[in-house]
Amino acid sequence: MNVAVREPRAEAAERLMVVDCDIHPNPRSPADVGQFLPQRWRQHMATFGSLSREMYSDTIGYPRMAPAISRADAWPPAGGPPGSDLEFMRLQHLDPNGVEIGNLIPLTTRGPDQRNLDCAAALCTALNDWQIAYWLDKEPRLRGSILVPHEDPAAAVAEIERRAADTRFVQVLLPPRTAEPLGRRRYRPIFAAAVAAGRPVALHVGGQGGHCVTGTGWPSYYIEEHHSNVHSMQSLLTSLVVEGVFEDFPDLKVVMVEGGFAWVPPLCWRLDAQWKRFREEVPHLKLLPSEYVRRNVWFTTQPIEEPERPDDLADVISWLGVDRLMFSTDYPHWDFDHPRQVFGGILGAREKAQVFRDTAKALYGY
Amino acid sequence: MTRDNVSAAPGVEAVGAPFACAPIDCDVHPAVPSIRALLPYLDEVWRQTITLRGIDRLALNLTSYPANAPASVRPDWRAPGGRPGTDLALLQRQALDDFGTRFAICNVMHGAQLLHSEDMCAVLCTAINQWIARELLDRDPRLRASILIPLESPGLAVEEIERCAADPRFVQVLFYVMGGMPLGRRCFWPIYEAAVRHGLPIGVHAGSGYRHPPTSIGWPSYFMEDYVAQSAAFETQLLSFVAEGAFARFPELKVVFIESGFAWLPPFMWRAAKTWRGVRAEVPWVKQAPPDLIRHHLRLTIQPTDAPADPRALDRTLDQIGSEDMLLFSTDYPHAHFEGTQALPRVLADRLGAKVLAENALATYTRLRPQPSQTEVSQ
Repeated sequence: MNVAVREPRAEAAERLMVVDCDIHPNPRSPADVGQFLPQRWRQHMATFGSLSREMYSDTIGYPRMAPAISRADAWPPAGGPPGSDLEFMRLQHLDPNGVEIGNLIPLTTRGPDQRNLDCAAALCTALNDWQIAYWLDKEPRLRGSILVPHEDPAAAVAEIERRAADTRFVQVLLPPRTAEPLGRRRYRPIFAAAVAAGRPVALHVGGQGGHCVTGTGWPSYYIEEHHSNVHSMQSLLTSLVVEGVFEDFPDLKVVMVEGGFAWVPPLCWRLDAQWKRFREEVPHLKLLPSEYVRRNVWFTTQPIEEPERPDDLADVISWLGVDRLMFSTDYPHWDFDHPRQVFGGILGAREKAQVFRDTAKALYGY
Repeated sequence: MTRDNVSAAPGVEAVGAPFACAPIDCDVHPAVPSIRALLPYLDEVWRQTITLRGIDRLALNLTSYPANAPASVRPDWRAPGGRPGTDLALLQRQALDDFGTRFAICNVMHGAQLLHSEDMCAVLCTAINQWIARELLDRDPRLRASILIPLESPGLAVEEIERCAADPRFVQVLFYVMGGMPLGRRCFWPIYEAAVRHGLPIGVHAGSGYRHPPTSIGWPSYFMEDYVAQSAAFETQLLSFVAEGAFARFPELKVVFIESGFAWLPPFMWRAAKTWRGVRAEVPWVKQAPPDLIRHHLRLTIQPTDAPADPRALDRTLDQIGSEDMLLFSTDYPHAHFEGTQALPRVLADRLGAKVLAENALATYTRLRPQPSQTEVSQ
């Protein structure tokens, strides 16, 4: 499950240069982020701590199968949790894997999900400042994500506007699991601000909406909870399309991160077929659901689905459109996808260039 | 493409009656006309309770199944003056005669299965099952039925299964796909033990009692979203059966997903297999890869066939499913999924023929095979 795989170092000339759309940086300690909090919120966190919608304050209700959800070999020799040591990240990931650009997606501090909305806003601002000081100022290959307090759309818009001038922040980050489905009207100002700022919205699996992780009750095992994230992505894509977000914002670019992608074509078939039966209910949709997906949505590749017959993935990619896919590793997490192993032989050279680099460069305007 | 010409966009090409052999329709929906119609099947105490509380004036329609929406009833299958599916003569002509149907499995969807009161739930399920035997099964030898059980009371559910199983025309136990807990959980196992003992597959039909929001991201705004979300719930249930070890514990258990769609199955199996390889230490009783377990235990009805017009996509989906035994013919009468009698996508007709039309159903529902006691009951 969590075996370290050591690779011989590739020669520079043979390296595949990649854009990695999903790297998880961690604070070495809470103080790394805390120093950017106003005294009032630093004191609040010290006194009360996180108030989220999760049962446990330090993990999800389904304890993970690996410490810090991470590769066993990703713990920095100098100490601190995986993803907290830039020099080690360079040595273990950015350099040997030919990462030309890497998008940071900070997850571990429960900032955006705080029920106390003022606290959420303060934490998001601090986490964005922390990205600048600890990562973006120090490593030109890395790009940041704008964390926002999504349950307070006005504060989220203010945070997007605050960061808009810093082009190293390449996207707005939202979780799929929110208090209401993100397609609901209350969240529209956030999408409007992202479009105005010229930033895609990245939707990375996770979040704490406080709802049961399935539509039919709480499962027992982590293997089920892990999979339920795919269903959240399916519901989220359904929500964004059916509730008319892409009708309101035709220029909005959405990147779905770490949800896989093989489920997308069958979901689009289902949406199209059912739309014909429910069209009187949703007259605001002017296009087939699949057409919005083709126009407005991209998907990162990890954790890539592995069919029993590897060629089946080629069918899926042809249905989805290879131009919808962008490579990601999920470093330093345990289900990391390696750039030299991930697609086997199913992509040609031109398609590889698209998936590993060109589509992301065009989308993000690197 | 604009909204107006989209509706004319072709769906998947399908063939209609007469089929290559008489089909077994694994999803037909007769309906109980009213709670009042159940009063003759209740004892005096319950009859009074139901009447005094005004429950006899209700239908207990599930919100997740809007009875009048186009999705729930095809315009030409509307029962004049009654709820869809309440006119047996109409159903016999439209759902049976027109398709040349050999057997049709009646899934009488009823909100009573989801009542919070365990007692009222069980009593009404019993009444509905008795109504089914009298008003449907006794009146047409082509009809078979699923047993309604109180979904959150395994003990009472087993009692109801034992009671109904004596009648071989009951061929399945019926669940809604969205209930209070995932169906693999061990509290449900007495139900599966009883079902296996009597040769009854577990049917899981689309629909939600809203015990939880229908999606893990909260309450959507539209019926369409709720409907689309059913497939995620089916995936959840499938993974629950696998992860809890229900399939390992009951090697003979058959689970039939009804009105689930099936194009979602291959990517689900790939993801389930990959995650299982990574974290199977958590569920050591799962010794076979999930796709192998699923192919052995799961069957799915074919309507709705959520597939694009290009037949190659459905063709490749069948390859990916990797079994010819899993798909079961269904019309989902009177719900609207297709025109005329064109319930069988051409790709399925060409590749699976009699298997999808009847043989797979006969292999799944052992009670459809001729049995000595069946003749006695029919007489």
